[in-house]
Amino acid sequence: MEVRDLRAYYETKAGPPVKAVDGVSFTLDEGEVLGIVGESGCGKSTLASVLSLGASPTLRIKGGSLVLNGEEVDLEKMGGVPREWRGKIVSLLPQRAMNSLNPTSRIGDFAYDVMKAHDSRVNRREAIKRASQRLEQLGLPARVLQSYPHQLSGGMRQRVVTVISTLLNPTVLIADEPTSALDVSSQKALVHLLQRLLEERVITRIVFITHDLTLLSNIATRIAVMYAGEIVEIGTTEQIITRPEHPYTRALIHSTLEPEQGVRKRKIEGLTGSPPDLRNPPSGCRFHPRCPHAMEICTRETPPRVGTSRHYATCWWVKQRVEAMNEGDLRDTVERAAHTA
Amino acid sequence: MTLSNEPLTLLEARHLTRIFGGGENEVRAVDDVSFAIHPGEIVAIVGESGSGKSTLARLLLRLLEPTSGQILFRGEDITALHGPRHLKTYWREVQGIFQDPFASFNQFYSVGRVLKKTLDLSDEKLSRAEQQQRLELALRNVGLDPTDVLKKGSHQLSGGQLQRVMIARALLVDPEIVIADESTSMLDASLRVTILNVLSELRARLQMTILFVTHDIGQAYYLSDRVFVMYHGQIVEQGPVEEVLHDPQHAYTRRLMADVPRLGGWGAKVAAD
Repeated sequence: MEVRDLRAYYETKAGPPVKAVDGVSFTLDEGEVLGIVGESGCGKSTLASVLSLGASPTLRIKGGSLVLNGEEVDLEKMGGVPREWRGKIVSLLPQRAMNSLNPTSRIGDFAYDVMKAHDSRVNRREAIKRASQRLEQLGLPARVLQSYPHQLSGGMRQRVVTVISTLLNPTVLIADEPTSALDVSSQKALVHLLQRLLEERVITRIVFITHDLTLLSNIATRIAVMYAGEIVEIGTTEQIITRPEHPYTRALIHSTLEPEQGVRKRKIEGLTGSPPDLRNPPSGCRFHPRCPHAMEICTRETPPRVGTSRHYATCWWVKQRVEAMNEGDLRDTVERAAHTA
Repeated sequence: MTLSNEPLTLLEARHLTRIFGGGENEVRAVDDVSFAIHPGEIVAIVGESGSGKSTLARLLLRLLEPTSGQILFRGEDITALHGPRHLKTYWREVQGIFQDPFASFNQFYSVGRVLKKTLDLSDEKLSRAEQQQRLELALRNVGLDPTDVLKKGSHQLSGGQLQRVMIARALLVDPEIVIADESTSMLDASLRVTILNVLSELRARLQMTILFVTHDIGQAYYLSDRVFVMYHGQIVEQGPVEEVLHDPQHAYTRRLMADVPRLGGWGAKVAAD
């Protein structure tokens, strides 16, 4: 799977469009979980809906293509992912999915509705049988199909919706903040369920969107950090959490609060300021107004991509550091080692 | 022997209980909870969703009637008071900050208007200039620029800015206690730290007492002195935060600790050290 130069803007009545996703590209191999992390308003959810649904009256896809199973789709021309792909090849687990259940019908009916929407020949008994087999395969009780949503806990509802949204064995599951309304124990259970879905080869790829980097580091194989509609850094989970390059990634890692000894004794500083207005993003690097390392060039020119296509950061400061390293600047290496230690 | 060595109790709960529904559907959301909070303390109430943390917070704010039990503020039984007229004094001393600042902010009001209305809770007769001074001071206390935000509405502010306005609002009437119910949950990590630092500074500077309700042990550990662990409506474990998290006694606390996500792993590391 590959996404190339995706652009999706929200039209506004007056003035320029909101550039929620602006030139996003990534690849996703079989068995991989790509995590997308960033603060609210950085375009994460827009990315999720463009990849799994399509344009809406206000959201316009301004460019980009999706390559999946050897087929390339021009998302701009098609106005999104082809209808027959939705749910079957690309499935969305939306934000607050657990509240998408109909409170007056049983979970089993919901599973039937989902299957019928994609295959009108399917009958109720078959659908429920398939759902119950799938639940058992994943170690969940099949009796939930007889329950009404209010009889299940939030965590269980979320797991059940996850299972139902993958009943058609989609190639890719796009999970948008699937854990944000759950407590820690339910979060862990959901992460284990998603891993199980990959192991059982029900699905082969996951795009996991969240603002919780700590949780993400426990499921993602690779992580893309988004800021103001763009990917500012991408790499393996290991690279991102142990050797973050981009100042924004560093700030995210730095502000995670872990219940570990010593955390209480030092003061952790967060980022100041707020994310930019995406109608008029800042010139040059979009992060420069909040960046502790901002230089003059950052305010003027778009930052370069430093690194390879699978591991890069877009930043002038990183570029300088890498160049300094290449020149064998010993001091810098020592400082860097001290920083990562 | 004098009593001065004994920590004073500011807020006390005695056998506080709140039951929802009845018969088969009875839910004991808060079940026989007792504790004492001292001036200047930061206490975290942690637990999973549905454990009764928020119900407890709402009982303590007197926004919800308890089924039985008492709440004592400086020794006075607050549960005996009913209605806004009698509770006004209490509400001046005990202020709440909630999870979603957009939901608790009247979207047709400017920041200045919301803050002025809170100031009306105060019995003091203030001149316009004095009022303005108070508003500006409260906003500066939480790191906001009054000239920038006073005229703005909620839609013109980010979640983090608005949550800081809500903290400023709570501080306007100079309360003894702030009860923050998941006030930082919907914020991004970097902003969350900023808000926690604001709360921590307020305690250091103004000797404020803070009751911090959260499901995130990481935040509880960073901010608080003591922690109450709630499970099924009861406080199953309480003590100094280091102690509870270093050596959890109750099985539920241990499970909670084991499920905490860390960067590249699960489970809090405190216990392992």
